[in-house]
Amino acid sequence: MHQTRRSFIRAGGAAALLAAFGAALLKPGRALAAWNKGAFEAKSAVDAMRALGMANAEDSKAIDIRAPEIAENGAVVPIDITSSIPGTTSISVFIEKNPFPYTGTFDFSQGSVPYVHLRVKIGESSPVRVVATAGGKHYTTVKEVKVTIGGCGG
Amino acid sequence: MAEPMKIRATLQGDVADVRVLMAHPMETGQRKDASGKLVPMHFIQTITAQLNGKTVFSADVSQAISRNPVFAFKVKGAKAGDKLSVTWQDNKGEKRTDEVVIRAGS
Repeated sequence: MHQTRRSFIRAGGAAALLAAFGAALLKPGRALAAWNKGAFEAKSAVDAMRALGMANAEDSKAIDIRAPEIAENGAVVPIDITSSIPGTTSISVFIEKNPFPYTGTFDFSQGSVPYVHLRVKIGESSPVRVVATAGGKHYTTVKEVKVTIGGCGG
Repeated sequence: MAEPMKIRATLQGDVADVRVLMAHPMETGQRKDASGKLVPMHFIQTITAQLNGKTVFSADVSQAISRNPVFAFKVKGAKAGDKLSVTWQDNKGEKRTDEVVIRAGS
């Protein structure tokens, strides 16, 4: 009985894993309404960008990232992002030194201004990379945020 | 049942400035509790905002968003009295939707 149950669980786990992998392989890029597990679990910003189809993003000065240069509390770092690239439909954020750099994608395609304010956790001083998508092309810029960890922050 | 969100939506011209505060632990799965055990991941994954029932803003996010998340965004073509709703869903399938009426700016 116990044996059967154990192997059943194991088989189930393997099937779920396979299904997740299959989904990631079949859907490169950002599919609406599907949380991109592959990109969110990538351990480097480059891999995450590749999983999102953004690896070829070109540098742009038309993306404004407002974030503190030195953040005393890495648990709550406010970031304001504005894209002035015409036709921006989404903004994606990558905190390069975090264990899982891909932080999220904000979609403006249906009636919002390409601006977002968010508050993020940053484990150690890190470049914060933003990719704006407009007309199917990707543009990127980066801002360094230093984080003071430890008790002397206040 | 999750705590209600605090949403503020104020008009500036025909653009509504929206600020949302969500009550959520946003556990990363890397933090240990007092007994040294890892606290399992528990975080918001998707956010959708609707203006009078039509989606105008959406987001997919990771556990790197701070605890009790705050987001701000701007919705075009809004009028005072329009209804703005925000929905989030987390990795455990828990959901919450709250709605406010857009106020005229001062």
